[in-house]
Amino acid sequence: MSGLAWQLGTVVAITPETPRAKTFTLRLPHWQQHRAGQHYTLRLTAPDGYQAQRSYSIASPPEQTGEVAFTVELIDEGEVSGYLFEGVQLGDQLEVRGPIGGYFAWDATPQAGPLLLVAGGSGIVPLMCMLRHRQRSGLRNPTVLLYSSRTPEEVIYQQELTAMAQADPSFSLQQTFTRQLPAGWAGYQRRLDEAMLGEVLGLLPAAPQCFICGPTGLVESAASTLAGPLGLPASAIHTERFGPSGT
Amino acid sequence: MQNSFFNRGFQRKRPAPTGHVLPPGQYETQDFPVLSAGPTPRIKPAQWSFGLTGLVQTPQQWNWQQFNHLPQQDFTVDIHCVTQWSKFGTVWRGVSLDTLLDAAQPTAEASHLMAHCYGGYTTNLPLTDLRDGKAFIGLLYDGQPLAPEHGGPARLVVPHLYFWKSAKWIQRLELLSEDAPGFWERAGYSMYGDPWKEQRYRDDDEDLAAQAP
Repeated sequence: MSGLAWQLGTVVAITPETPRAKTFTLRLPHWQQHRAGQHYTLRLTAPDGYQAQRSYSIASPPEQTGEVAFTVELIDEGEVSGYLFEGVQLGDQLEVRGPIGGYFAWDATPQAGPLLLVAGGSGIVPLMCMLRHRQRSGLRNPTVLLYSSRTPEEVIYQQELTAMAQADPSFSLQQTFTRQLPAGWAGYQRRLDEAMLGEVLGLLPAAPQCFICGPTGLVESAASTLAGPLGLPASAIHTERFGPSGT
Repeated sequence: MQNSFFNRGFQRKRPAPTGHVLPPGQYETQDFPVLSAGPTPRIKPAQWSFGLTGLVQTPQQWNWQQFNHLPQQDFTVDIHCVTQWSKFGTVWRGVSLDTLLDAAQPTAEASHLMAHCYGGYTTNLPLTDLRDGKAFIGLLYDGQPLAPEHGGPARLVVPHLYFWKSAKWIQRLELLSEDAPGFWERAGYSMYGDPWKEQRYRDDDEDLAAQAP
């Protein structure tokens, strides 16, 4: 299988998402269809041969053929994210291999049942890939995204998510803010807890497949609450942890 | 790598770790990231038991109390996760796999193991990789009982392989006469996982196959 060979992608778009998140779109010579939720490994090589690798979730849907987009959060002192933010321009080449990962992945099949997506911070990225995949597939399976952000400024894909929710009654966007609220905000304003997870679960007509991505504390808390007091089977809960050390 | 590609302007930002050597593609971290595929199984010691089954002359089963009475050793080891972080000098206490395998006496046909875990996780290992002080069941990390998110109350620790082989929430080791893929291995990860040969994914095993006798 040549899917995991290193290849040189060309940067064809750089889109600022927030002050600390940018989307890099790469055109790939050997594009291979991914599953929503999978990731690529990116490798940087210095002129002296030093190399650094990091894994980045795919933001673009599998329907966006020939290219992949990664939304990268700038990490303080981040060796790779720092270079991507400061050193990469349109037309540059970046070395990647993928797609990788088979467990944290969702396929928009006509049989797809209810879906509960829980994101913290940049953990939204693989979940956005799933939402875009679902939208491009024309699915209307009941879907809820619960997205926790510290501040409105840090919300990635806000406009697209809002538009998606307005256009599709089967998709419910639920947001919570933990440090600073949007003007006039009447929604959740606390960390995820059992009451909140119970409420969003109640928006779905049946037990969902659940994908949770974010910092370790949020993922641990949400997964154990959903599997414990809220009674979802552990096999229906898929987790992926993001953080300065994991990305 | 083989070709001469490099990223203009990219250079090492973090100082090279002192006194340690990083496997290729890894970076050093000071904290202890958590990676797992689903909710954390929370196993109370009273519910926990651990066994050696399959191709052994004397199948073994220990409850928590019995297991804690086995001889324990302290281990200071470097660990390397396939997601690119490495952590140097982690301090553990646990039971050597030599102790456990000596009790069970693998049969002559036994060549591999499948680690089975609470929560359903599995991973495969060659038997020789658990022998001669190379592996243990960890009970304490940094002097404290192992936290549930790190695999508590007990996990397999095989520091010379990528850390997904160090199965959390270990329940049973099944000795087998041939290799078979576990959870991540079925999802395309390496069958062996040598960090120094950078065997992250199944494709990376080609040099392993080439070196096989």
